[in-house]
Amino acid sequence: MNRRPLLATIRILAATIFFSGFPILSAWGQTDDGSVFRLDRLPVLIFALVFSAAVLLYTRWAKQGKPLFIRKIAGIDAVEEAVGRATEMGKPVLFIPGIADVEDIETIAGLSILGRVAKIVAQYDTPLSVPVRYPMILAAGQEVVEQAYMEVGRRDAYDKDMVKYVAGEQFAFTATVNGWMMRERPAANIYMGAFFAESLLLAETGNAAGSIQIAGTARPEQLPFFIAACDYTLMGEELYAASSYLSHEPLMLGGLKGQDFVKIIIIVAIILGAVLATLGAGEWYHNIFDVG
Amino acid sequence: MVISFFFDNEQIFGQKAEEFVLQWVTIVGGFALVLGVFSIVRVNARAVAMKSRDWPFKLMTVVSVFAMAVPAMLPVSKSSNGGKVLFSIIPESWGSLFGTGPNSIYDWLFNYLDSPMMETMFAMLAFFIASAAYRAFRARSADATLLLLTALLVMLWRVPMGEAFLRLFGDSVPDYINTFIMNGFNVAVQRGIIIGAALGAASMSLRIMLGIERTYMGKG
Repeated sequence: MNRRPLLATIRILAATIFFSGFPILSAWGQTDDGSVFRLDRLPVLIFALVFSAAVLLYTRWAKQGKPLFIRKIAGIDAVEEAVGRATEMGKPVLFIPGIADVEDIETIAGLSILGRVAKIVAQYDTPLSVPVRYPMILAAGQEVVEQAYMEVGRRDAYDKDMVKYVAGEQFAFTATVNGWMMRERPAANIYMGAFFAESLLLAETGNAAGSIQIAGTARPEQLPFFIAACDYTLMGEELYAASSYLSHEPLMLGGLKGQDFVKIIIIVAIILGAVLATLGAGEWYHNIFDVG
Repeated sequence: MVISFFFDNEQIFGQKAEEFVLQWVTIVGGFALVLGVFSIVRVNARAVAMKSRDWPFKLMTVVSVFAMAVPAMLPVSKSSNGGKVLFSIIPESWGSLFGTGPNSIYDWLFNYLDSPMMETMFAMLAFFIASAAYRAFRARSADATLLLLTALLVMLWRVPMGEAFLRLFGDSVPDYINTFIMNGFNVAVQRGIIIGAALGAASMSLRIMLGIERTYMGKG
């Protein structure tokens, strides 16, 4: 009998009890007016610890060589195809890492994917254009692309102007990029990161320019626009998984499996909550998740 | 930030940690602004002087920076800082043109140049939505037909005339659309995406904090 899943669950629960014990003990002797720890946020801490433990355990297993199954994500597989198309056509690849600043985790995900895309682009010797909206992203983007070119031994082909600052204003940025798309007609447009009202303006212009388009964002309100105008769309968590998926590194893929484990816990919690609420006995259960 | 979420910051720092950090951000931002203006002028002025590619646009950039900033910084009356000197040269009635108040040059440039340009771009979204909706809602398959019918019902429900039309089939029909489509299927799917995205973001943050994910720094 395979006892690994059972052992994993026991380890994760043990880690949770161990770490959450500290704040519980520290809060034990405190009075109401002198409390330093926010007891009302204890469920969040417990969840964060379970989540961290799961991600770390799976990452460790991946490091030890345990095979992990990751489902295929069509949008990410299409990246190589899109770059190949651009190479055949002799046209550039446009990559936009969102329009938010570097403190946004979606932008960091976008930059991580940019690193992987830049490697493919460098191997195929295809022109790359990365317009950005913030100076910090300019510096980070140039670093990422330069490193990618160096790693595939094409440092000589790297041009600093591949990543360029366009405009700080949202619609000035959009107008510039749209104008560039209509003039240069890139073969592939890749949008990965945080997008707002400009998402459809960019994607529709790219569609009119005849480019193959791959988009990824974690913002549900922008997803319908990308789905309508792009060939492939990465939805929500797929954006964060893309970099790990493209890397094919077991260490990175371990994090994705840890995420899946927590998703199972959440699904069970939702079903339990729905059953309790239907039976009219869910008050205490609701209070656990009512974080101040 | 993570630690401050779980602890009472007022007990530890005597004030909210976020406010404390924000004060520093404002100070650093002030210095960065000066550096930014110096940089934009230096880069663009050199391009204009050398008449490099697109130099008229670069000249326009430099002119725009000063056209917005200089009048906004000038004193608005004799009692303002430096007002006595300025209004000994020009009439004091011109004071209303300076600063950032109503009818100032800054206000005029913002309201009649900057804002309309941004609004024009935003307004174009309506046409882009129409063309994207046309492609998305074509009834080519059973799924697309279902999407088309759902969209049709929601659009009817969203406008007063459409709502009146739906009420012809029963007073509760618009409420059913709200309950089942918007608050049912729509919210369920959105929450699924949001939960997945939140877990993805948390997992990525963890990978970054532990140094497993370093691609965003050009490593790995």
